[in-house]
This record gives sequence, C-alpha cells and structure tokens, in this order.
Amino acid sequence: MAGIAEIRPKEGRRKSPFRAALEKAAKTIVTVVVTMLGLLFITFFIGRVMPVDPVLSIVGERASKEVYEAAYKALGLDQPLIVQFFLYIRDVVQGNFGISLRTGFPVADDIRRVFPATMELATLGTIFGVLLGVPLGVLAAVKRGTWIDQIARVIALIGYSMPVFWLGLIGLLLFYGILGWVGGPGRLDIFFQDEVPQVTGMILIDSLLDGNLEVFRNALTHIILPASLLGYYSLAYISRMTRSFMLEQLNSEYIITARVKGLSERAVIWQHAFGNIKVQLITVIALSYAGLLEGSVLTEIIFAWPGIGSYITTSLLSADMNAVMGGTVVVGLVFVLLNILAELLYQFFDPRAK
Amino acid sequence: MKPIRHMLFGAAVAVVTGLTGLTAIAATPPNMLVIANRIDDITTLDPAQSFEFAGGDVSHNIYNKLVNFDPANLDAGYGPDLAESWTVSKDGRTITFKMRPGVKFASGNPVTAKDAEYSLRRAVILKKTPSFILTQFGFTPENVKDTIVATDDMTLRITTDKRYATSFVLNSMTATIGGIVDSKVVKAHAVNGDMGNEWLRTHTAGSGPYVLGSWKPNESITLVANPNYYGGAPAMKKVVVRHIQESSTQRLLLERGDIDVARNLNPEDIAGIRGKPGLAVDSELRGRIMYIAFNQKNKILANPKVQEALKYLIDYKGMQDSFLKGQYVIHQSFLPATFLGAISDNPYSLNIEKAKKLLAEAGYAKGFSVGIIVREAQERLEMAQSIQNTFAKAGITVKLTVGTGKQILGIYRARKHDIYLGAWGPDYPDPNTNASTFAWNGDNSDAAGLTGVLAWRNSWDNPKITKETEAAMIEGDRAKRAKMYEATQREFQKVAPFAIMFQKIEQTGRSDKVKHLSLGGAITAVSYWPVTK
Repeated sequence: MAGIAEIRPKEGRRKSPFRAALEKAAKTIVTVVVTMLGLLFITFFIGRVMPVDPVLSIVGERASKEVYEAAYKALGLDQPLIVQFFLYIRDVVQGNFGISLRTGFPVADDIRRVFPATMELATLGTIFGVLLGVPLGVLAAVKRGTWIDQIARVIALIGYSMPVFWLGLIGLLLFYGILGWVGGPGRLDIFFQDEVPQVTGMILIDSLLDGNLEVFRNALTHIILPASLLGYYSLAYISRMTRSFMLEQLNSEYIITARVKGLSERAVIWQHAFGNIKVQLITVIALSYAGLLEGSVLTEIIFAWPGIGSYITTSLLSADMNAVMGGTVVVGLVFVLLNILAELLYQFFDPRAK
Repeated sequence: MKPIRHMLFGAAVAVVTGLTGLTAIAATPPNMLVIANRIDDITTLDPAQSFEFAGGDVSHNIYNKLVNFDPANLDAGYGPDLAESWTVSKDGRTITFKMRPGVKFASGNPVTAKDAEYSLRRAVILKKTPSFILTQFGFTPENVKDTIVATDDMTLRITTDKRYATSFVLNSMTATIGGIVDSKVVKAHAVNGDMGNEWLRTHTAGSGPYVLGSWKPNESITLVANPNYYGGAPAMKKVVVRHIQESSTQRLLLERGDIDVARNLNPEDIAGIRGKPGLAVDSELRGRIMYIAFNQKNKILANPKVQEALKYLIDYKGMQDSFLKGQYVIHQSFLPATFLGAISDNPYSLNIEKAKKLLAEAGYAKGFSVGIIVREAQERLEMAQSIQNTFAKAGITVKLTVGTGKQILGIYRARKHDIYLGAWGPDYPDPNTNASTFAWNGDNSDAAGLTGVLAWRNSWDNPKITKETEAAMIEGDRAKRAKMYEATQREFQKVAPFAIMFQKIEQTGRSDKVKHLSLGGAITAVSYWPVTK
C-alpha cells in the first residue's frame, strides 16, 4: 500500500491514523472470513466423502426402510451437495451449527459446554509451560554446555518423546492411585457437581465468582495433573525454542558491547538479550496455546475430561458432521483470534512493528 | 523484568499449592450409587425412540411398563407392573389389562389406562427405530384408535391383527418402547405435533423408581429417587453414571473408592482387581451370541456332511479357556440362556478325526478352499484365526477377509460371502426375536431382500423349521411354547448351516458393599432400585 501511495503522491493526502486503523481492521476481517470459508469448504466436502453413513448412525442398523428414508430427508441429504453447502453456510452465519446427531443437542450448546473445559485446561497448561519453560530455556542458553544445559535438554526430550497416554496413566496411578495427592479423573468430585452456577463454564473461575472456595479447591485437585501434563509438553517446546532464541542473541555483537561496557550479567541477559526475543517468544507461546486449545484427545480420554478434542474425535468417528464442522470452525476461529492477539502484542513489545 | 528466581518461585508456588493436602480420600456417600460406564451412545431419553444399551438402562429405572421383569428373579419371566392383571380373549387377539390402582407419576398425576393408551399409541405413531417391536403385531398409526383403547380409567384393551402367543406380546411390552409416560405432562410439552418427542429427549415423565436429575452428554447422567414410586422409595437416593471411556481409568476410580461400580473393565483389569480387599467381580450372562454361518449359495457348504464336519472343526473349549476367558461362554443354540425356551445342550466339540471322516463321506477327503469374512475387532479376529487353524487340520484352506463393520455387513447382506463370523443381539426379550432371524425364512429368493433375516442372508430355506417358528409365535400357552422352541433349537443344531458358538458374559467390578445390583441378564436392562450398600 505504501508503494502505491508513493507512486501517486498527488492523491496522497497523508492517511489519518483513524483511517489506517480502519483499513487494518477491514483487512483483518477479510482474512478471517476467507480463512473460515476455506475451512468450512474443506471440512464440508471431506465430511461428505467419508465412508460412514450418517443416517445409519442415527437410526441404527435395524431400522426399517421407511424410518431410514424419513431421517435421510430430514437431514437434507436428498439435496444436491452444493445446495447442502450453501444451506449450511447460511445457518452458520446465523450462529446455528445444526443439531449434533450423536448427542441430539444443538452443536452450539455442545460446544458451549465442552470448549470451556478445554480452555481451562489449556490455559493452566500454558501458564505452567511458560512459567517453567521460559526460565529453563534462558538458563540452558546462559549455561550452555554445562550439566544444567544437559538436564534441560533431557527434560525437554522426555517431554517430546513420551506418549501422553502412558505418562498420563502413570501420573494418575502415582499421584491419584497410590499417593492420593490429587483428585481423580473428571473435573470435580461427584458431590461437588452442579454446586456452583455456570457462568463461564470454567469451574475454577465460576467457583471463585460464586465465592465457593471448597469447589475451587476440589476443581484444582482435579485439574492439576492433566494441566501439568499438558504444561510439560508445552514446556518442552517452549524451553527449547527459548534456548535457541537466547543463544542467537547472546552471540550477537551488541551483547559483547554491553558486557564490555560493564553492564551487570543480569542486565545483559534480561534487559538486552531477553528483551529482544520477546516477540519471537510470543509467537511460540501463542502457537503452543492454540495447539492445546484444539483439545488433547488422549489426555481428555484418560482424565475423563469432557473437552473439545474428544468431542470432535468421537463425532468424527460416528459421522456426526454437524458437530465436526462446528468444532472445526470454533478451533479455526480460536487460531485466527490468537494470531491477531499475538500481532497486537508484537506492537506493544516492539515499536518497530507499528 | 524480574529475575529468573522470581519466576521459578511463582511456578513452584503454583505446583506446591496444587499438590499438598488438598484432597480428601473419597468414599461415595452411603445413599448414593456412582457407576462408571460408557454412555456416549445415548441420543435421546424418549422411550418411544431410545434403542441403545445405555439409554435402555436409564429408561428402565425411570419408566414403568404394563408388565415387567423382577430383577431379583429374571428367570421367572414377565410379571405385573403397572397392569395388575390381564385377560386374553378366546381368539387370542385381545388382551385386556386391569391397571394397578393408586399409582402416581413422579409429577403427582395418577397413572391411568389413558396414559397407557397414549404411550403405546404414541410409540406407534412416531414410527421411530424401535417401533417395529409394537407394529409387528399389526398396530398402525391409522388403526391405533381401535386397536389400543382405554375403555375406562383402569382398563386398557389391545387387539392384534391376528393371534399371537400372549407371552410374545407381553415380552415385547417389557422392551424400552413399552414405557408408560405421563400423558398430561407430555401433551403440555408437545410442539408441532411431535407428541413431546423433542421434550422427552432431555426430560422424563415416568412413574418408576427414579426421575432424571441431569444429563450431560458424554459426561454424566444423574438419577434422583422418585418419592411417589409405588414400590417404595429406593435405598439409593441418587444414582450417578459417569462416562469413563478407559478401562484403566475406571479401575483406578474403583480402587480409590470414587466410584462403586465399573462396567467396562477389560480382562486384564478384571484380573487386577480380583481378590483385592473391598472389591468384588460379578459375571452376568448377556444376550449377545457369537456364531459362524455357511452361505448355502456355496455348493460345498450346502452339503450337510460338510456343515456337520465344520461344526466339529471349531475349538470351542480352547477359545473359551484362552483369549475369551471370562468374556464368553460356550453356547450352541440360538436363544441366549435365560430366554424363554433356551436350552443348554452343547453337542459339538473339536473332533478332527470325526470331521475328516465326514468330509471323506462328502467327497472332500482332501479338503477345499473357503473364505471367512469378519469385522475388524480383536475378539472376532482371534476367533477367526483359531477357526482358520483348526479347519486347516482337516485340509480346509481359509482365506480371511477383514473389513470395517459396514463393509463386512454389506457383503453379508448381499449374500456374497462363503462363511460369516459375527455377533447377534436380541432386539426385544422374547424368543421370537432370534427365532425369526436365525430359523425363519419366509422367502428365500434374492428379490425378497429379507436383509434383516440371518437365515435369508445365508440362503437357508427350511420350510419345516420356518413353520415351527410361526407356530411357536402364536402358541398361547407359555410352557408349551417354551417346549416348542426347545425342540426347534435341537433340530436347528443338527441341520442349520449355523455353528452357534458363544454367549457373552459381562464382567463388572464393584465395591463389595454394593448389593443386589442386577444388570438385567440377557433379557432386560440394569435395575438400580433394589441396590443397597
């Protein structure tokens, strides 16, 4: 855009900041809409060529022909594919993702129920990952080649390579089964269920809003293990990335200059080197967070956590395409929003990005 | 920017507060039953539509039927529930029920014959998947005005299109679809002529021992005791069924006392909890039958000597005692044990010499090649491999075709297989459900397309046995009817191109405090109301 303005300077009254912001917002909206449309298009058509019969999954194998055909029509499957697609888009725009074939509830309601569960878990997991992963990465870079670096590497490698299924079960067995330090699978003990009114759907927040500390504590004992597990995986990723970003900075000339000028080591590491990797780190953290928000299917299954990962997967297996597409749209939207958020944060941390 | 120590400290605080002293050792309260089960097959709680196992479990505890099974004595067959007594007309077509007086719905409304009339008519008119259980007696949306009638508040009269065994009609009434709903409540929630179908999907309006507390799909279902239940308030004031997918997770919860009953433990986990203090393992026979079937379109397999030889070439005992241990028991007749007319004869066992002799007599002394189709599921594959091995000992080469359920079913329904290995579960708790599919074949032509009938799928046409099945279907005397099925099954064992092999056992882990939990055997669903702990 800037290039065009330079070529035709006569028209070029300088853009007001307001207009620039508006243009930027418009551009963002267009990106979001195009991305979402593409996403819908792909999932819709993949869904329609899948070799599972959605009608059979509703009415069952023993249904009579009459029952089968009534359901077939009710789903609109007798319409041409392209018509089905446009009807679907029309509904989605109105916030209507249709009815889930599997649960029988509107998909929007289902997602409102499962997504907060995932969000709670992913947020806590990311907080763990960042709080532990960033310092670990910085430490590993500063102490490069020492035993500290080696230990950090081993911790990260285990995080990368251990199957989550195994680690989750061992964690449950140890901390819940044997030691009894944490709560078992599920979000709450049975007795605390439905104790606090649902506001955000995230029990930790809802219980605080309600001032019910007992429920809060119980929810914490249940979430701590799966969140630590997810946190460990994001720690592995974040610490490795932090280390490599830091090494790049620490080897730069300006760091040598700073040291030569006699700045304290702490100032060199945290103000100069770390200050310069913040923007890159934000990208890494945002990506890792978005990854967790998709829902970790295996973690959810082991911990009986009713999140969006297992929701989408089980829906996919029973050809419940309304639910799959609804879930995909939400996950896609989260990715896009997190990207926008990351971009806003760049501007905050890095004046050049303005 | 705070130094590294501060960040580490913050993280450490988060971890430590999470791990120390926050948990209390859980034990479920004495008047609450907590069960782990897979409940992700529930799509509706409407008894006119529900046709899955977990849904049937819920419905069984919420809705009374006209007649029902006593969970303490399933072998006795159906007995009075909302109907106190009944009489059958001379022509066997009309059954007149006298309602039990003084029974109330959970709402407080009295249970009348009008509610029964509404519920049964509703099930026929809505035409959902399980409606065939009622419409097989000739009820149609058009004729229910005359065939299902409450003559007064305490009397219900139903008239079938022809004579059927009374036990057949009444057994069918014990299925989920026979649940009696509170017509006043349901009518108040009907929209666009759906007879309350949408509302009853997520709400309940019954007179049974429990009412629905809450249902969170794929998460949990909570039942609360119904104070109006005519049988007296159940001991368990609350029943919570939690959806726990994983066997090992269920086991951990059970061992920690967070649940009382675990219903989906695999054989390893069952072995793991067996003998642990405070825990017990129950085994209960369920309705599922495992069998192999020989397609009569294949000339070799149509030879009776070959069929008999193949029945002797299956290592029933070897499978039962190894990989099927505790999961299946040998059972060689088409009615599951505990069904009316079930027999326990198991005439066949692995006998290679006898099989070789029979094959020689049939002219296949050197064996032959044949295909077996099977769905990709562990226990079925293991059975197929065992059969492949034992067939080979008589020179029969087996080519296994493994596919998804849908692929294999497609081949089977099109009658394009040689041998099919698979399972069958009864649709309703009457012997006719299995007799009409294994034994009966009304028209063996391809054009008939009786794809739901197993005899047809295997192109097996035995007019004598078909007639016997039809006769048993209309025999009014229950004991006589049972004898007829016994005779038919013995004949079937000899002449049918089916080798019925096993019946399913369900193993349940529970706290040894939990008493009187009946899963319903082969014929009905789980009963929570007799449970104490």
